[in-house]
This record gives sequence, C-alpha cells and structure tokens, in this order.
Amino acid sequence: MSADLAIETQNLGRIYTIRNRRERRIRKEVVALRDVNLQIPRGELFGLLGPNGAGKTTLIKILTTLLAPTTGWARVAGFDVVREPHKIRPRINMVSGGEASGYGLLTVRENLWMFAQFYGLPSREANRRIEELLRRIGLADRIHTKSSDLSTGLRQKMNIVRGFLTDPEILFLDEPTLGLDVNAARDVRRFIREWMDAHPDRTVLLTTHYMVEADELCDRVAIISQGRVLACDSPEALKRRLQRDALFDIEITAPNGLTSSMLEALPGVRKAVLTDADGGARLSLILAADSALPGVIHVLTERAVQVRHLTKREPTLEDVFVELVGRPLAEEEVADGQ
Amino acid sequence: MGSEARPFFAPVPKASGWRLFLKTVVARAYPRVVGQQRERSWIFFDVFLSILAVSAYVFVYRAIGAPEEYVGFVVVGGAMTAFWLNVLWSMSSQLYWEKESGNLALYIMAPNSMMAILLGMALGGIIATALRAAAILLVGSLLFHVQYAVGNLPALVVVFLLTLAALYGLGMMSASLFLLWGREAWHLANLAQEPIYLLSGFYFPVKNLGFWVAVAASIIPLTLGLDAMRQLLFPSGAALGFLTVPVEVAVLAVLCVLFLVAARWLLGYMERMAIREGRLLESRR
Repeated sequence: MSADLAIETQNLGRIYTIRNRRERRIRKEVVALRDVNLQIPRGELFGLLGPNGAGKTTLIKILTTLLAPTTGWARVAGFDVVREPHKIRPRINMVSGGEASGYGLLTVRENLWMFAQFYGLPSREANRRIEELLRRIGLADRIHTKSSDLSTGLRQKMNIVRGFLTDPEILFLDEPTLGLDVNAARDVRRFIREWMDAHPDRTVLLTTHYMVEADELCDRVAIISQGRVLACDSPEALKRRLQRDALFDIEITAPNGLTSSMLEALPGVRKAVLTDADGGARLSLILAADSALPGVIHVLTERAVQVRHLTKREPTLEDVFVELVGRPLAEEEVADGQ
Repeated sequence: MGSEARPFFAPVPKASGWRLFLKTVVARAYPRVVGQQRERSWIFFDVFLSILAVSAYVFVYRAIGAPEEYVGFVVVGGAMTAFWLNVLWSMSSQLYWEKESGNLALYIMAPNSMMAILLGMALGGIIATALRAAAILLVGSLLFHVQYAVGNLPALVVVFLLTLAALYGLGMMSASLFLLWGREAWHLANLAQEPIYLLSGFYFPVKNLGFWVAVAASIIPLTLGLDAMRQLLFPSGAALGFLTVPVEVAVLAVLCVLFLVAARWLLGYMERMAIREGRLLESRR
C-alpha cells in the first residue's frame, strides 16, 4: 500500500447472517457490501453517495474497526482493520447523522471534554479546542447549555465538533447533515470545507444521500448501490460522462397513462424518469441527442399531455445516479424501504 | 466560503498507556459524579423512599420487641441497598443504554480501554451512590436514634471498600451479560431484585436464613459485606454474624478478583462478538 493512501480496500465484502434465535440456525444471509475496491489518498474529501441501505454505513463501520469484513481486506492509515485496530483507533474519529451520543445532563463543554479525554487530549488543550471549534461552527453561545436542551441541529453541531476535536488523520462522517434544516446543514458543510482547507493533510470520508452535498463538498465521489460501487470519480468527471447527452426537464399536466418505459422505447431516449409534481408531473430525460426530443413531444401530444415548461440543462450527480442505477435516488430509497 | 489556510490548532502529544487509562476512568466517572447530582429528584426517590422502607422494618422490629441493634441493622442495610440498586440498574444495564444512545460504538472506536470505561462507570456510581447512602444512613440514624460502637475503624473501612469493589466488579461483569442477553437480562434483573433483598439479609442478620442458604447468598458481595460491617458496627454484631470478619474479608477479596477477571474476559468477548456479528452495536434510533 502506498504511504500516500489514507484508505485502501480490496474486494471488501460483508454478509450479515440472521439467525433464528431459538434454533440457532441461519435464517437468512444479507449481502451488505460486495467487492468494494477503493483507494483514497491522504488529503482527500471523499464522498460515498447512495440511498439508505446501499452499504455506506457498513463500509464506514468496517473502516472504523467496528465491524469485521467477511471477504477482502481494508487498510486505514496503512494498518489492517482486522489485525491492527489499536493502531488505527488513535488516528480516526467518526460522527453519524442523528446520533444521540454523550449525556443529556452534561453541558456541551462537559460532553466534548469527556470524549476528548478518551483520546488522551490534555484537558487545557481540549478546552481551548472546544471553544475554538464551537466558535467556528456557531455554537459558542451554547457552551454551558445541557445537551438535552439542544435542538436536533445544535446537537448535531456538537457531534461534529466532537469528531474534529481530536484532530483525526482520517475522519468518517456518516450522513452528517441527516435531518438538519437548510441553515444548519449549510453551517456544517461550510465547517467541513474550512477544516479541509486548513488541514490539507487530513482525510475525510463522507457518506451522504444528498446529491448537492456530495457535489459541493467532495473531491471524488463513489456511487454505491446495493453494496456495489458503481462509479468512482470527481463530481465533474462523473457529470462529464453525460456531457455528450442532452438533458431535458419537462413539466407536464397529468400523465394520462404515460410511463417511463414508453418513452425509453423511443429511439435516442436513454433514460426517462417520471415523478409527481405540483398539479402535474415532471419528466426528466437523458437523450442521446437533441434530435430525439421531437419523438418525445409527439408521444406526449398523442396522449393529450400538455407541456407546461421545458428546460435544457447541465448534467448533475442525480443524472449520473439515474444513469448508473436506472432510477432516481428518492425512488431507490422507497424501493429499499419496501 | 471564507476558507482559512491556517490550521485550527497545532497537533499536541496525547496521553497513552496508563495515563490514557486514568484519564478515561476520570472522564467516564464525571457524568455520574457531576451530572447525576443535577437532577434533584434523587433526594426524594433515593433517600425519602428508602427511609420509608427502612421505617417499615424498624416499626415491625420495635413492635415485636426485637433487640435494639436490629434497628441499626436495618438502617445500615437500607443505606447499602442504594449500592445494590445502583449496580443492578445503572451499572449492569449501562452498556445496553450506551449502545442505544450510540455511545458504545464511540467507546469501542476510541483508543482507550473498554475496561477503563467500565471502571469509570463503577467509580462514578460509587461516588454518586455514596452520597445517597450517606444521606440514608444519616437520616435513618437520627430518626431512629441508632447507637454505633465502632471498635476497629480500619477494619470497617477495609470491609466497606472490599464490599464495593466486589459488588461493582459484579456489576461490571453483568454489564456485558446484559448487553449480550438484551431484554432477557432485564427480566432476570427484575426477578433478582426482591429475592436478593431477602437472601442478602438487607434488613436482618443473614445467619437467620440457615448456613447453606447464607453460603449460596454469599455470591452477592453485599451479603458478607453487610454481615461483616454489622459485626464491626454494633456490640452484639459478632454474636449475630454469619462467619468471622477475617473469613468474610478473605471471601470478599476472592470475589473481587473473580468478578473483575470475569468482567475483563466478558468485555473482550462482547467486543469481539460485536465486531464479528455487527449486531451488538446496532442502536434502535
């Protein structure tokens, strides 16, 4: 493994075995991760983009030494996650979205101080860093507030500070903005970006199912679905894959029986996604060329579907996801939930 | 975006080895020592309700004309009940709650020893509960005019500390068991709470239960600890004692080592199993 790699995995896989508790027999095996190969250099903000249940958290658990892989291997900071977890642990930290860590009866400062002690940080330095990080993330005025009195957003900011407090070489952020309002999520993203700018030798692995977050923050992104990494590149390079295509958004009235598959059967239509919108529907199209558009309009006219608005636009990560997975991330989550 | 090239802070040397162990113990004890005192309701639930239970026995003993030392036995038993309840519900169940809140994964992932986390929980529990036990002892002693005759204070201190060490060793051991057994352990703890009041002789000399029942009950360190403390606190204590104080001290020392070794082994087993199966660290949030 190269010394410049913060994280490296080779054919990494994880199968969960669900046993019948009484009979101790294996009832079901669930493949959470399969054949994941990643190389993440030091200093990179790397994103894992995928829906719930895609395997992102499983991968993070393996890399943070909390879960053993069933196949393949992984190295973090140059050390094997199975054989050398004690060498990895002082070098990493992790923050999960929606976590309720710490103790509600303690203040923000006390909770953060406590976690800093578990990493051996001197008390005075811990308190200095707590003040500095709380100021930067906009939580300085709550330093003496009991954490049980914090809102979800403020609590998550405290969790974020906990992760950065120990100055980890590699930080794992598992859905760090999950459930946050727009402002709190923006604060958290700004804080992460500032950290990376100020600490170019540090590495962050961030999982998210928010396309904008991955696009805005990450140097490179791996798109993961059903345990497999489908693509891995910079957001720009991923979007360039679709640069030759023509992307249109069409707002229509009621679809009148129109389906995505009808449109995908047309020549030049690579992907068509139909979603509900206010008082009608929205049709997202990936076409091989502009010349395929008249065919689509013709089908719409045939079915008496009126076009309200038509936009040609640049590709986004959402389009890349649709191209790779076959459906939008939101739908993927619904299907996963079922 | 307002990025700054200057690092937020410079790297500093961090504690490792035994210094990290000690820092972890102190840090994990902190929420119990400081945080728990912030909920003033403990004065009602932990002291007033305990005094009520003690009062019931005192009135019964006085009504039947039992020796006055029995009143002292009950007050001391009432005070030590606080430790038992703390071990049963705050120590044994703690890892389970830590898992539910997401703390357990952070504890395992940190470079510290999980044994230091458990010791911190125990130390914090002992200090926080000592305050409650002292309050029960003080109020009970004043209310019922208990007379103590301490002939050997160092021995009393040794017995008290050994009892707590063995008792919290038991708690540390059962913390991993609670996590492994989940809700089933809850039912066991519920089942164990009242019978152990009886078997450990919280409110009467355990000798009255008969030799073999008292021997069986001695697996709970409070049985012998209470018996030895009563012998050292009251003039007629020795006559009502189950075994001699030196024997009880020796057994308590053995239990202490036994439970701490078992706690360490079970903790390692729990951690290995959690990492292998990935189930134990799943919280329900």
